[in-house]
Amino acid sequence: MTCPVNGPRAISEFAYGGEIRPMPDPTTCSDDAWADYIFNRNGSPGVKREWWCHTPSNTWFVAERDTARDVVLRTYLYAEES
Amino acid sequence: MPWRLLRFALSNKHPEPRMFTRHDSLKPAYDVVIIGGGGHGLAAAYYLARDHGITNVCVLEKGYLGGGNTGRNTTIIRSNYLTPEGVKFYDESVRLWQDLAQDFDLNLFYSNRGHFTLAHTDAALRTSRWRAEVNKHFGIESEVVGPEAVKKAAPMIDLSCGGHAPILGALYHAPGAVARHDAVAWGYGRGADMRGVEIHQRTEVLGIDVVGGKVTGVRTNRGNISTGKVLCAVAGSTPRVLDMVGIRSPIYVHPLQAMVSEPVKPWLDPILVSGSLHVYISQSARGELIMGASLDPYEVQSTRSTFDFPEGLSAHMLDMFPFLSNVKVMRQWAGMADMTPDFAPIMGRTPVEGFYLDGGWGTWGFKATPVCGKTMSYTVANDRNHDLITGFTLDRFRNFELTGEKGAASVGH
Repeated sequence: MTCPVNGPRAISEFAYGGEIRPMPDPTTCSDDAWADYIFNRNGSPGVKREWWCHTPSNTWFVAERDTARDVVLRTYLYAEES
Repeated sequence: MPWRLLRFALSNKHPEPRMFTRHDSLKPAYDVVIIGGGGHGLAAAYYLARDHGITNVCVLEKGYLGGGNTGRNTTIIRSNYLTPEGVKFYDESVRLWQDLAQDFDLNLFYSNRGHFTLAHTDAALRTSRWRAEVNKHFGIESEVVGPEAVKKAAPMIDLSCGGHAPILGALYHAPGAVARHDAVAWGYGRGADMRGVEIHQRTEVLGIDVVGGKVTGVRTNRGNISTGKVLCAVAGSTPRVLDMVGIRSPIYVHPLQAMVSEPVKPWLDPILVSGSLHVYISQSARGELIMGASLDPYEVQSTRSTFDFPEGLSAHMLDMFPFLSNVKVMRQWAGMADMTPDFAPIMGRTPVEGFYLDGGWGTWGFKATPVCGKTMSYTVANDRNHDLITGFTLDRFRNFELTGEKGAASVGH
């Protein structure tokens, strides 16, 4: 995988942080919406935007990955989101 | 030469019946459609036909029978779980396993070995005691034993595990067993087939019709079927099927890999599991060591294997059994584990009327095959959740009532 800061590194240096999902406001949302946010996942295969961390440098970044083929299409820092 | 064999040679047709009947086409309608021709789906079909008299049933399988997680697990059967719901459920399963071979008239190679969950830390030992007490309360043979009992059962073990993870004790579960997993699918499949259930292999489900919150039919690559009841038992493909009926679920799919060594002389009788070293191991009747480890650390919906896996697992194997250093790994493979946040399955009725789910079986589904078939066939036949599965319904997440089985997952996934 390619870390946006450190370049291509072995996959064992990276930690997976799950799909990027918008969090509802816990003070105003309903219990159902909150339960949906904390438990439910999009478990079907497809191209997903995910959090990954390069652990030696503690760099969190975004990866677009095809979860059916396990192929990383693109990585970038969250701030550089296009 | 036996007469039976001679008849084979002289006859143009096979005088022996095939294992399963071949059906050239799908019927336009069935009472129940079961998606997934693995152990769970076929067991449900078998008990629907045998116990509930519902035989107008078809089982749809995208690939071949038992080719998913039924044929990819490490065949361990046990009931030493942590929550009362889990313990009661798996204990019923272990009881069903014991006379399944007679039921099928098929040798399942069910082999009672005894099962040690090794504890390398105080925390692991504490969980072992907890599990032992819950188990004993429900009348299940489970006890905490010292390192000497482990050494006695597996004399080749290095109790210090290379010096960095000394074994402090273990949870011993005498009914722990292994069985031949393919035969389980075949046995259930043949039993269902003989009672009139149609099994359609290489039939892929493309969509499920839902009208007014009720299931009305299933669309496949070989034609459409109308039905009022659909049972989904598809393991790693569960999220894809749930998308077809518009149900959200907490299921996430990670690969679980396993491997076997070349066959060696019998030297390991019990099943050993180490949470800290992420290893479980047993020796098959053929002499191969069947080894598994923890889940892959990220989501993938395919059965690809990686090189890190045998590398890491072998290192841990050598910590426990240094003498294996010259034994070769023969093959490795992976299955798609449909994980849930609380490590308990998701079973029973769903918000869509006539759609029943048997999923979320992650890494622990094989041992539950018989009891899943029994309870799901009851649930489908009566449109009411069986008493043993009320702790496993999908709405437990919405109600914040989880069934925490994580402590009893065989290795710390």
